Amino acid sequence: MQASSLPRHQQPSMRELGRRFEAAPPPFRGTRSAEAGEGPAHAVTAAWTWARPRILVETVGQREIVTAACPSARELGLGPGMVAAQARALVPGLDVHPAQPELDRALLDRLALHAVRAWTPTAQVSDSQALWLDLTGTTHLFGGEEDFCRRLIGFCRRLGLTARVAIAGTAGAAHALARFATRPVVIVPPGGEVAAIAPLPLAALRLSPEALRAAARFGLDSVGDLLPMPRGPLARRLGMATITRLDQAIGRAAEPITGVVPFEAPVAERRLLEPIGTADSIALVIGDLVGDLIEALRARGLGARALDLMLQRVDGTEQHVIFGTARATRDARHLIRLLGLRVDTVDPGLGIEVMRLTATRADALDAVPLAATFGGDGKPDDLAPLIDQLSARIGSAALFKVAPVESDVPERAVARVGPLESPTGWSRWRRPARLLRRPELLHNVVALLPDAAPRRFSWRGKAHVIVAGDGPERVFGEWWRRDGEVWAVRDYYQIEDADGGRYWIFRRGDGVDGTTGDLSWHLHGVFG
Amino acid sequence: MLTATPPQEQIACLHVQLAATQVSGGPSLAFGIDRIDDRLADHGLDGHALHEVAAASPALSDDAAATLFLAGLAARFAAAAGTVLWAVTRFDLYAPGLDQAGLSPDHLLFSEAREDNEVLALAEDGLRSGTLGAVVAEVGRISMTATRRLQLAAAEGRTPMLLFRRWRRRALCPLSEPSSATTRWRIRSVASQPLGHAGIGRPRWEVELVRQRNGNPFSLTLEACDDTGRLALPAPARHRAAGADRAAARAA
Repeated sequence: MQASSLPRHQQPSMRELGRRFEAAPPPFRGTRSAEAGEGPAHAVTAAWTWARPRILVETVGQREIVTAACPSARELGLGPGMVAAQARALVPGLDVHPAQPELDRALLDRLALHAVRAWTPTAQVSDSQALWLDLTGTTHLFGGEEDFCRRLIGFCRRLGLTARVAIAGTAGAAHALARFATRPVVIVPPGGEVAAIAPLPLAALRLSPEALRAAARFGLDSVGDLLPMPRGPLARRLGMATITRLDQAIGRAAEPITGVVPFEAPVAERRLLEPIGTADSIALVIGDLVGDLIEALRARGLGARALDLMLQRVDGTEQHVIFGTARATRDARHLIRLLGLRVDTVDPGLGIEVMRLTATRADALDAVPLAATFGGDGKPDDLAPLIDQLSARIGSAALFKVAPVESDVPERAVARVGPLESPTGWSRWRRPARLLRRPELLHNVVALLPDAAPRRFSWRGKAHVIVAGDGPERVFGEWWRRDGEVWAVRDYYQIEDADGGRYWIFRRGDGVDGTTGDLSWHLHGVFG
Repeated sequence: MLTATPPQEQIACLHVQLAATQVSGGPSLAFGIDRIDDRLADHGLDGHALHEVAAASPALSDDAAATLFLAGLAARFAAAAGTVLWAVTRFDLYAPGLDQAGLSPDHLLFSEAREDNEVLALAEDGLRSGTLGAVVAEVGRISMTATRRLQLAAAEGRTPMLLFRRWRRRALCPLSEPSSATTRWRIRSVASQPLGHAGIGRPRWEVELVRQRNGNPFSLTLEACDDTGRLALPAPARHRAAGADRAAARAA
């Protein structure tokens, strides 16, 4: 039993918790559940018996609170609700990770979707830890409730999860039993909810902390203590919410399950009477498919972001044309043009029998307000159709904007980003219009050390005489990237030669300290 | 001997016909420098037409000067929050430098194609969509037919097309090939005005208009783009900062 689920006055004091370390059972002994022989889900595996105990912590105000502990950590007396510093003090070498509730939630959402697809039409994520499945009339498909529970636990074990399952007539009773029953699988016969949850602690009823504290003051420990109490005084002392929770658990108040609705991709399909093979006929069918798909999208207020056109030939092979759009769209002309750009890769063979267009990804697309100019003077602002068209030609990776990166090293100060981003600018230090892919070594450099621009050099076999220079602009190596850059220095100069060419050159090293560079000169960019 | 004056409506009709043949261009973009604008056929660059720019020599410094000249033109064409599409085959542009010629990174869309034909196709798509502020394309070889296509696409999409003709062979100026561009420019970077102290003055270019439709060629030395893409005339000699000691040092 977890310390935090005990009534407040029965919870061990910090001092006792501290002693628990000495009194903790040795990790070689199996766990409670393994000794009870409750099936493979709780089998002790050497992997976690020998692993470092691991806890997840969450920062609450100034303190870190343990939110979850692995079985071996629980064996050592750690558990949710502890202060992380105390846990660290109790168990040396503890493996501490920050809790990521949003990832847990995402996993539960996926599980709920899987449940809706595979097990039952109605499933819901009940809280941060559990799912509710409405099993009415579905378990016989899996060979009865026991078999269903076994399959469920096996499924979760393959995912690396330890599952506890309770089947009861009410959601509240199932919620309580899944958390507080001693066995991992509890199946309550119809009408047995009251008897099943009576011995459980009050925390099983999803009561508020205030109600739990008040109940502890009155000496009410288990659900069974509440049942014979007169309801009026009980509601006055513990709150009406307590009565509601109790009624929900024993079936006197309804608690409907709001099922999650899985997303079904909009799809349009044409099965052709005669196989087709010419470009014209394929284009005709594409036009029909796009029209159907757009109707389906409009009915649901969606716009397509990714589409998959499947073409099935008479010999049964399938070909796919997959493409995306930069922004959700329902524009038939645009989609037909995008498909037309790609469909020439399809080999019709002896003919195409089935064509199916699926919007594999769709985003909400509702009416958009007109721009402030009311569509007056300027050009249409929406670049997304053009970007789709261009990326259909050369691929989406070849279409980009350039965004600044926090770095003083010139070649690292730019990064390619997507075409619909809106990056900000750079600092106003003068920068060249073109940057050589790699800095090129200069020869025969005549320069005064340490901080004057060179007087002459030769580059690409041509001698340059320098008439003016500006600099240096010192760029230090980024020691956090590579060991070689710890002391490295580049001194950049802008120079102008006698022919009017303006270049950006740098010297490795600061000209004083030999560890900063070898004093070689390089040309890096060209100003206009 | 003329006895009867032509009827007024006939003259008006002829005026309309004449105007219809002449008005195919869009709004023109003036440089704001009278010595250029007065010599351009429509007092600026046609905003719905093809313009070509090339470096005066295969040297990288002239190439960079032509790049910045293009960047400044594109920035001023797209000044009203338009996006510029810059299509290249080998990406060696440095966006911070273009930013300093007025092309801010959120209004500059690059596309890197594999070959010149793809660059032209991208430019044509961009022009015909009509949503861009300007289109810049860098090509090595381009046929007369392709320039004609670009010119038509620019007129249809009502978007300026700026074509950067890169040097391919050392001895052959890219502007020696025929083209249907409205204007053709050749840019050379020349020495800047010597300052009275250490450092480099505002860069200068020799801007040569090789050919223009309905006008004559000319050549000027100008000061390079500022950070909004505007060129400037060098200050007349009597307004120059004293640079005598620098000139003496250079002669020594």
